[in-house]
Amino acid sequence: MDEETLKFDAIVVGGGPSGMCAAYTMAKAGMDVAVIERGEYPGSKNLFGGILFTTILNKLIPNFWEEAPVERNVISRKFSYLTEDSQLAVELKTEQYNKPPYNNTFTVLRSKFDRWFSEKTESIFNENSFVFSGFTVIDVIKEGHKIVGVVTDKEGPMYADVIICAEGANSLLAEKAGLKKKPEPHDMVTGVKEVIALPPEIINDRFALAGNEGVAIEFFGKAVEGMVGGAFIYTNKESLSVGISCSIVDFTHKNINPNEVLDKFKEHPSVKNLLRGGETIEYSAHMIPEFGYDKLPDLVSHGIMLVGDSAGFVNTSHYHEGSNLAMASGVMAGETAIIAKQKGDFSAETLSLYKEKLENSFVMKDMKNFRRAAKFLHANPQVLNDYPTTMVQSMVDYFTISERSKVEIRKDVIGGLIMDVKFIKMMWDMNKARKVLL
Amino acid sequence: MNIEEALKEPKKLTLEDKLFTVKYNAAKETHIKVDNEICKKCTTNRICLTICPAKVYELEEGHTEVHVSFENCLECGTCRVACTDNAIDWRCPQGGMGVCYRFG
Repeated sequence: MDEETLKFDAIVVGGGPSGMCAAYTMAKAGMDVAVIERGEYPGSKNLFGGILFTTILNKLIPNFWEEAPVERNVISRKFSYLTEDSQLAVELKTEQYNKPPYNNTFTVLRSKFDRWFSEKTESIFNENSFVFSGFTVIDVIKEGHKIVGVVTDKEGPMYADVIICAEGANSLLAEKAGLKKKPEPHDMVTGVKEVIALPPEIINDRFALAGNEGVAIEFFGKAVEGMVGGAFIYTNKESLSVGISCSIVDFTHKNINPNEVLDKFKEHPSVKNLLRGGETIEYSAHMIPEFGYDKLPDLVSHGIMLVGDSAGFVNTSHYHEGSNLAMASGVMAGETAIIAKQKGDFSAETLSLYKEKLENSFVMKDMKNFRRAAKFLHANPQVLNDYPTTMVQSMVDYFTISERSKVEIRKDVIGGLIMDVKFIKMMWDMNKARKVLL
Repeated sequence: MNIEEALKEPKKLTLEDKLFTVKYNAAKETHIKVDNEICKKCTTNRICLTICPAKVYELEEGHTEVHVSFENCLECGTCRVACTDNAIDWRCPQGGMGVCYRFG
């Protein structure tokens, strides 16, 4: 660090998981790093549904769960389809996930977790590295084509050989740097959530869990008024994370407020009793980038790399994986910065090693594989609505006890199905769905 | 919380009740500016009024200009994306100010 001009090897904009992974990686190599966080402390602006996937974190900090403020280890994934008055669900619950590394799936409250990760990163910083909290970065500093620093709203300019932009879903800085355009309504998802407090004994009994075991339940269909998106309930230690997230274009077309969708979800008969007695201790909202592989921004330019949500690294399928991709991209950007420093060259050509690393990893492989998922679901609303709703009603009819013979009932149900649904079209659609979603 | 309480029907919360659970560091200056000239020719059916999860945007009776309660903003940025007329100039609040999640 140069005292007079405040110059670092690298500036990381944003103290979330992707930025912190970049900072941690570079700090381990002895680089001078500045993390600039606009919140009161790292984590204070950060939000997600509630599940942190941790294969990358576990490599950086082995057995992190022994010290990190994780809530519960997820041993059960449940997928549930709701109609107006019914539910059809599939649950996978396995003891195989109930031992280290716990399938690298933990429920987490971000304000606590991100703050811990920041402190952990600071603990390996050299004397010239800092986390600056409470500083909003308002612009980049350019010299010719090269980005050489940032302007914050408090101190003077800060300079660095490379800027790692980890500012999250609202990536105003990346837009200013000319790496991306303002997103369109179909590029982004908005989620709202409530943290609902309940005693751990009640949570364990209600969800058939013991000790620190957790469950992740995803809901579709009527849960989100038939929109493209989903609802969720995740178990924390002493609370539930309950929320919904849908495409902004769907909220717009339905002319509906996200909080209303959440309230309706909470009132569904299959949901209400899971929340009984709970006290909402925090309401929150956040965007998720869903533009996918085909609309990724420029990830690299002279002196800058984009990571995490600002790059759009979210697996938009039923995996709902974002944090792991964010952290992987942070590590790879950090590794690239280390090599660029060794070469003394921070040009776009050298930094494009970051893109190569991404291409060879699960990040881009998954982004590519699920590139058509969101688009397909928007174009084929019947896949998340008409087909499953008809299936659920057929099952309700099939299991309805009466004095009619089972043969008659079965005939009616199958006959009704064929009348209701264009069978060949459905098989065709479901085959396409399998290809883009699985 | 004791077990008796945990078995009660949950209370219905208004949006105001929910916003009351959120910790904010109050900023003096707004971080949201609306260009009312553009709003006059709104092509989004005033989507800002509907979509904001914190109901930051309101049209008061008798007024044509949108009232912005920036102090309620949860900083999700949805308004900026939903307003395809680009009438909303949404920026990050001043460093350290605005929403401060305790749980997240």
